[in-house]
Amino acid sequence: MQPDIAPPSPAYAAPPGLPQLSRRLRLQYEAAQTRWVLLYPEGMVQLNDSAAEILRRCDGRHSVADIVRELETLFDTQGIAAQVQSLIDEGTQRGWLD
Amino acid sequence: MAGSTDTSAPTVQPPGPPLWLLAELTYRCPLHCVFCYNPTELERTGAELSTAQWVDVMRQARALGAAQLGFSGGEPLVRDDLEELVQEARRLGYYTNLLTSGVGLTAERARRLKDAGLDHVQLSFQDSTREMNDFLSHTKTFELKKRVARIIKEHDWPMVMNCVLHRHNLPHVGAIIDMALELEAEYLELANTQYYGWAWRNRDHLMPTRAQLEQAEAVVQSYRERIGNRCRLLFVVPDYFEERPKACMNGWGSVFLSIAPDGLAMPCHNARDLPGLQLPDVREHAIADIWQRSQAFNAYRGEDWMQEPCRSCSERQKDFGGCRCQAFMVTGDAAATDPVCSKSPMHERIVQFREQAATRRQIPIVFRSNAAAPAGDRNIIKKGSGIDAC
Repeated sequence: MQPDIAPPSPAYAAPPGLPQLSRRLRLQYEAAQTRWVLLYPEGMVQLNDSAAEILRRCDGRHSVADIVRELETLFDTQGIAAQVQSLIDEGTQRGWLD
Repeated sequence: MAGSTDTSAPTVQPPGPPLWLLAELTYRCPLHCVFCYNPTELERTGAELSTAQWVDVMRQARALGAAQLGFSGGEPLVRDDLEELVQEARRLGYYTNLLTSGVGLTAERARRLKDAGLDHVQLSFQDSTREMNDFLSHTKTFELKKRVARIIKEHDWPMVMNCVLHRHNLPHVGAIIDMALELEAEYLELANTQYYGWAWRNRDHLMPTRAQLEQAEAVVQSYRERIGNRCRLLFVVPDYFEERPKACMNGWGSVFLSIAPDGLAMPCHNARDLPGLQLPDVREHAIADIWQRSQAFNAYRGEDWMQEPCRSCSERQKDFGGCRCQAFMVTGDAAATDPVCSKSPMHERIVQFREQAATRRQIPIVFRSNAAAPAGDRNIIKKGSGIDAC
């Protein structure tokens, strides 16, 4: 009926190699809540510290392995790959990541 | 207790920050929707806040922690200072939402709002058909809304399409979803009518049957399975058909701060008519005082106000006793259990509203009147929370 309308965007694909926060969301530190939040139309996700550290690195330039390595160095820890992947999977499923 | 000097007052948990600021810029609206939640006695409301007063409200609320900001009404585009307010809001760090009927959103204004930093637009439709849309809003706005939807997408805004559902359009829910997909909405809010304001007045005309709701929900579910994340379908719970109340406002004075066009601060945008509330005016009181210390914001905060069956109920921290406005409208007592709850001694009234609606439609449907100071076009503000955790 409306030939000028572009085709609808495809459903989200499998987790990408270089996860990137959707341009539809804003990741922002909220001093009053002392935490990072994801802001989107009429809603807010309050992030715990580890989710925030992971999502802050989803900039389309870091692979999941990069993020794991960086966080393991930063927090002097090991074996967080599964945790990072699980958050990336959840973020993808919830439409936070492109 | 050693070191403690004040043991007289009970320990009261200080309130957290208001996370949501709803700026109802005006009650003026070009539409006349039969389900609008705005006050039905608009002549009792005062003059609108000025631009400078709104800026002051936004700054104070942001300093307290508000992060989500909804520009609503009425039709907020009626205000010609909307761009200025959006720009200031964005500068302050708010996520800015425009809740509109679409009337007034020209390409020129859209460009200015984009430049000002507006983050998102929610556009209301009344139905998937021109006839029903234009009848329910008492305006010829259907084609205009479709044009506005395209303008929204051309400006790369995420779009929430909102459609208030009731017995007249519940059978069209599939076509409404198709329209949202065609217009590339990222979210579709299928907002079952909540009975406040004009919707309360037109309750019998709007009340669906349980069969209608079940069929519509089944259609929504089948679309969800087909379309995945392409458009998220939110089916706002029709609470009159539930056994437990909604967690209204996520609890009174918990996260939600609403400022009416005339400067009255409210814990809920429908609280104007609740008895015994001394609603503070933002021109006379600081927002921090209003939020933390005012009588109105503390009246139903926490649990101390609760009566039975809420007081001893294991679910009281889940639904906070439901909606105070609904409790008052249906039972006459704003501190009563929301009668939607099957544990409420007044629940039978809700059952009667549901079951007797079809026999009580002799009085004609009432369109939102512009006689005094026209109001908004929809009941788009879910009386929910919009706050999630991860």
